[in-house]
Amino acid sequence: MKFDRIVRTTCPYCGVGCQIELNIKNEKIVSTVAPESAAPNFGRLCVKGRYGTDFTHHGSRLKTPLIRKDIGGELRKPVGMDGFREASWEEALDLASIRIAETFKKSGGDAFGTFCCAKATNEDNYIFQKFARSTLKTNNVDHCARLCHAASVAGLQKALGSSAMSNSIAEMKNLEVFIVTGSNTTETHPVISTFLREAVVKNGAKLIVIDPRKTEMTNFAVLHLQHRPGTDVALFQAMAYVIITEKLFNTEFINSRTEGFDSYSKSLDKFTPEWAETITGVPSDDIKEAARIYANAGAAAVYWGMGISQSVHGTDNTMSIANLALLCGHLGRPGTGVNPLRGQNNVQGCSDTGGLPAIYPGYQNVNDKKVKAKFEAKWNTNLNDVPGLTTLEMSDAAGKGIITDFIILGENPLMSEPDLNAARHHFSNLKNVIMIDIFFNESAEYADIIFPAASFAEKEGTFTNSDRRVQLIRPAFDPPGEARVDWEIIQELALRVESRLERKESSGFEFSSASEIWDEMAALVPSFGGISHSRLEKEGGVHWPCPDMNHPGTPYLFTDTFPRGRGLFNVLELRMDSEQPTPEYPYILSTGRVLYHWHGGTMTRRSVLDKIYPKALMEINPEDAHRDGFENGQIVTVSSLRGSVSVELKISDRSPKGVVFIPIHFSETIVNELTNDLRDPVAKIPDSKISAVKIERTIMN
Amino acid sequence: MENAEKKQLNRFLDNLKVKERTNLLPALLKAQDLYGYIPEDIAEKIGKTLNVPIADIYGVIEFYSLLYSKPTAETVIRVCTSPLCSLKGADKIKQALFEKLNVEDGIPSTDGRFMVESVQCLGLCDQAPAVMVNNRAVCNIDDDSIDLLINGGGPGSKNNYYSDNPVITKRFGKIDPLSIDDFIKEGGFKGFFHALTFTKDELIYAVKSSGLKGRGGAGYPTGLKEQGAVAVEGRETYVICNADESEPGTFKDRIMLSSDPYSVLEGILITAYIVGAKRGYIYIRGEYSEVHDIFTKVIENATKAGYLGENIQGSGLSFDLEIRSGAGAYICGEETALFESIEGKRGYPRNKPPFPIESGLFGKPTIINNVETFSYLAQVISDKKRVVLTQGGSPSGTKLFCLSGDLVRPGMYELPFGTKLSEVINDWAGGVPNGEIGSIILGGASGSFVPEKYWDIPLDDQSLRAVGLALGSGVIMVFNKDRDILKILSDITGFFKHESCGKCYPCQQGTQYQNEIITRLGKGICYKDDSEKLEDIGLTMKDASLCGLGQTASSAVLSAMKIWPDLFEISKGEVE
Amino acid sequence: MLTIYINDLELEVEEGSTILEASKKMGIKIPTICFHDRLTPPGLCRQCVVEVEGARVLMPSCITKVREGMKIKTDSERVVRARRTILEMLSSSTDLSESPDLLEQMKTYKAEDGRFENSSKRDFKVKDDNPFYMRDYSKCILCERCVQVCSADIQFSYALTTSGRGYNKRITTFYDRSLPETSCVFCGNCVAVCPTNALIASNEYNLKTEGAEK
Repeated sequence: MKFDRIVRTTCPYCGVGCQIELNIKNEKIVSTVAPESAAPNFGRLCVKGRYGTDFTHHGSRLKTPLIRKDIGGELRKPVGMDGFREASWEEALDLASIRIAETFKKSGGDAFGTFCCAKATNEDNYIFQKFARSTLKTNNVDHCARLCHAASVAGLQKALGSSAMSNSIAEMKNLEVFIVTGSNTTETHPVISTFLREAVVKNGAKLIVIDPRKTEMTNFAVLHLQHRPGTDVALFQAMAYVIITEKLFNTEFINSRTEGFDSYSKSLDKFTPEWAETITGVPSDDIKEAARIYANAGAAAVYWGMGISQSVHGTDNTMSIANLALLCGHLGRPGTGVNPLRGQNNVQGCSDTGGLPAIYPGYQNVNDKKVKAKFEAKWNTNLNDVPGLTTLEMSDAAGKGIITDFIILGENPLMSEPDLNAARHHFSNLKNVIMIDIFFNESAEYADIIFPAASFAEKEGTFTNSDRRVQLIRPAFDPPGEARVDWEIIQELALRVESRLERKESSGFEFSSASEIWDEMAALVPSFGGISHSRLEKEGGVHWPCPDMNHPGTPYLFTDTFPRGRGLFNVLELRMDSEQPTPEYPYILSTGRVLYHWHGGTMTRRSVLDKIYPKALMEINPEDAHRDGFENGQIVTVSSLRGSVSVELKISDRSPKGVVFIPIHFSETIVNELTNDLRDPVAKIPDSKISAVKIERTIMN
Repeated sequence: MENAEKKQLNRFLDNLKVKERTNLLPALLKAQDLYGYIPEDIAEKIGKTLNVPIADIYGVIEFYSLLYSKPTAETVIRVCTSPLCSLKGADKIKQALFEKLNVEDGIPSTDGRFMVESVQCLGLCDQAPAVMVNNRAVCNIDDDSIDLLINGGGPGSKNNYYSDNPVITKRFGKIDPLSIDDFIKEGGFKGFFHALTFTKDELIYAVKSSGLKGRGGAGYPTGLKEQGAVAVEGRETYVICNADESEPGTFKDRIMLSSDPYSVLEGILITAYIVGAKRGYIYIRGEYSEVHDIFTKVIENATKAGYLGENIQGSGLSFDLEIRSGAGAYICGEETALFESIEGKRGYPRNKPPFPIESGLFGKPTIINNVETFSYLAQVISDKKRVVLTQGGSPSGTKLFCLSGDLVRPGMYELPFGTKLSEVINDWAGGVPNGEIGSIILGGASGSFVPEKYWDIPLDDQSLRAVGLALGSGVIMVFNKDRDILKILSDITGFFKHESCGKCYPCQQGTQYQNEIITRLGKGICYKDDSEKLEDIGLTMKDASLCGLGQTASSAVLSAMKIWPDLFEISKGEVE
Repeated sequence: MLTIYINDLELEVEEGSTILEASKKMGIKIPTICFHDRLTPPGLCRQCVVEVEGARVLMPSCITKVREGMKIKTDSERVVRARRTILEMLSSSTDLSESPDLLEQMKTYKAEDGRFENSSKRDFKVKDDNPFYMRDYSKCILCERCVQVCSADIQFSYALTTSGRGYNKRITTFYDRSLPETSCVFCGNCVAVCPTNALIASNEYNLKTEGAEK
């Protein structure tokens, strides 16, 4: 088959950042291949990258700006697309800028809540947070990592001063020993999982899986520690206990690269493997074995996902892992590291480019005088030096009327936030909701003005994958209808708002290319100093930190020092703060993804992917099902204190006893109506993996 | 709801010492035995227990002729259709069975009681035509015995062996083959004890200088194998006895293992001692169920008597021998395919190098020899004086020859190397009954027709090689003047078509086309480029195939084309 | 470094190289079919065979490692005959119309398309059992790349297997189940390595058949 053109770009789905080539015919993606010589995937893809990019052509792509018909009304009710009318760009941009300017004049920057987009490009996000900070003077800037790896970020910040995956995907197939915890890697990061499995099969690597669920990775593991949900700290601390009492720790590393060892090791007295067995349900011998394998390895790495982070103890969970890595010196060398597997294609980039309430691009603190001065100089304006609110806090503030305006770039809070009934209530209290997106989603039902944006295949820019590799995306065809590139939309909006607010000087929203945007940002962020679009064209991708053009980039971190200097051992307590099962709500509900779908389903429900997995299935343990009289395929009603859904059962020994699992992708089965908005005190991330639920036969009328 | 079969299978699986892929074939054969086929859910259960991907299990089932993924029948009658049995009327027997039992080839009767299947050589060539009825061989079948065999009767298999100066067949008929005491009384294990008095290097020298070569067909110098394995000292090493005898015309290993099995064990022990192996296997073709029973007892008795297990007879050698069953694939007689089979995979040969001495079973150094080779090795070492099997280039010592076809006395003959071919046929096997020799094949289905001018040739490697012939495993097939050469070739090429493993293109494709052309020629339809095509196919297989099967699959055809070129060409009056 | 001779040219090559690698470095082209540089070479197509002095049979250059003093001929009469015949045999059993590389090789070696009569030419109904890709086994040349990719070379899903023996060897799944009933995760990595379009994205297949119908 002869294609009209072949466009090399980066997959829009997960944090692996596979390089793909789109085969275009008649302005449509016909098939997708992967160049075999390109990192990080070297020709490998998963079903989503391979076949799931067809959502870009779906008929329901937003093609024109939309304005709510009853805009300005008292009560904000959710409405479908027929509750909106098509409008011209002029009208929509003007109206949006009027409303924004009004709010700013009345209430100032604190009245705004802004959501960056972990799927949009670095350039889109840079412009967006620049708009929020320089035009709206707000640091209420956050994104969906708040619901995802926020705790990993917070924990690693505390322990090491850094917050990204420390080692690279390229090292995976040569691993000697590794732990995978709280990550169903074959479904969440399929291509990464092929390298991990290759390490086991071809390199003889020893894999330890630490997960309440019997994931597919356990088929390749020498040990599976199947602990009770929420007991991660007990488990990892007990491993540390073994390593210390059996003197398997790395003295040299501890002495030269860490601090706080003494108080940490004293604090471990009660975390014996035998005690941990009573808490976690994992045999103490297995805990010891795992500790020995990890500690005795020449090089060992830890990879984790939502099981660690999406928890009311998420920050502690992360620190308990970091403690182990510091204890054994498994940092700063190939095949080691602390490696949170980032979910979104550009969630790493979204934080990197300042999509967080307390930092500017490059993790430079908003309340740091020097940094503030630097950005004020570049952006020609005064900036707010008080760290802002996180997403769920913004939601709370909306409910209280403190925040009246939400500006949302490519995000669907009313599908992703926990305790959705409450979240919807907060949303309906808002006065002004402006969204920029490619599809009309569940949050759009509450919007006032919606701007149609460009998908990954319709714009230029960069994504940063999970191992800090900045890579280009390239446009394969034009956006549909009148849809525009995101940063162009934001620019237009920003200029208009600046004008209405009578700003003396513009902060700079006259970019004519994504490359120019990157260059401005790179000049402000030392880690990006050596990266430019033209360098990426030549080299395919560069791992930050990369301070200058001669620097090769940094595949693995911490060879000599940690960002905070020495790594910090954090003393931890066991807390059991999650919602506990009760006789009335006896099951633990866990939530997460399946291979074929993505998050809220905005993209994948509109793709051929939906055909292979068209509805939600709740996984339940066979013994539980048998005892409670449930059968495979049966429809049941699952309820928590907060809401209930109807869902079909799938009996599976993947689920441990007492735990059920519902995927998060299906708007007919919105599992977040059940989940608990109980937040980790440091990271403010909700406890998505644990809610107490009951299961009843659905009574069909 | 566990039925009897499930219970038995579960017990079998529970008792497996090693719950890994290597026990896949034993598990599948057990399931086959219990259920008559391998049901899907049983395949899944086996996959889970042995940690083998289930797709692979299906691939294995569908590779081996004795494993079935669909139900068979209570009684499975396997009719041999390889050249010798075909010669003696296999087609007629098949047709008679189809009619009597109202079945088609390979399809079970609707009531599940009978299935009649065409199969390839059963190793009963001297008693052709032969069939297997479930596990039992029924031989020399005529019209009368067809009804008998349907009802579970009919003449069984006999061991027909002859020699006037036996070396390795000297105990045949003098001992109870299962009695280790009889064996010892008749000089058994002398070689083993003698070996213990030598150093390993001396032993290797003894074997090398004896000139002993492999008797399975490839003829590789045995001593070099030992030498190579010792060179990788310290590494886990295996000793394997290749008893997968499946070459049409060969049945000597069946007779040896049924008549003097301990002599083979002795050769294995000596080899294990030389190379320091702790574990060994004897891979016996699945169809030889009697041999399985015999050798199971042999291992039991030997273990009881201290000739297997820990510190054998105080020698310091600890060695265990395990029987592995073939499952109906000629290719598994190829050494590397045999390794794959023991490892629980489809019997695909491996590319060589690396050779088994370097990387064999489970990737470890492996010595693998034919049954006859081991027996002969025991003999070589047992002689107090050094037996030299080659002197100044001309061989001495004996070989087991298998004679079958149009002969008065088909059977196994132990005769000295250098005996003339015509002598073996006429003086020993009685010649062609009521007729004259029409054609001779030397080496089996993978061998060649012998041009008439060489019918007097001495049977030794050198003389044969000089005229482009090879002894192979010692098969001599004799046909009278009335036999249709093209029919013989059609059966031979049909054999290879059935047995090609399918891995490499030359053989996977070539065996198909070769058979197609030959069969058409046999029907009297000839095209003008047939010779050219057969030559291209034949030489491509010979030159480029991955293993010995493909490399010799066209030998008979190519040799026939040289001797009778007009069979393959259009002559006056024939169709173009 | 070792010294070897390819077609009488003396060459210095790295120890541990295969003949194929050494030839590539010198710009000598040896045709391959089953070889793929990201997969373990199965050495089954035999198209890359070369004549090595002292070896009785032709050796596969994708697997055979060079040895000091090795003398290699990449285009001798035996080699050319084998390659031509292999192509002729393949074309007589399988639909090669969408394998540009094989069609090119047939031109180079002057192979006669469909030279051998074959009462069982591979003719299977296209398998359309999932939303993503089709399996058109009439085009399958049994190079086994798909099985390798799916198993222990790349994907470790183990959904595909080879089945049957000899000419009747074929690629299939556990008990011939439809792909959604297997461990297949539709990664398409098998489709990516299929040299003949036996495996093809459904979109592409449909576009192709639509175009053909017009």
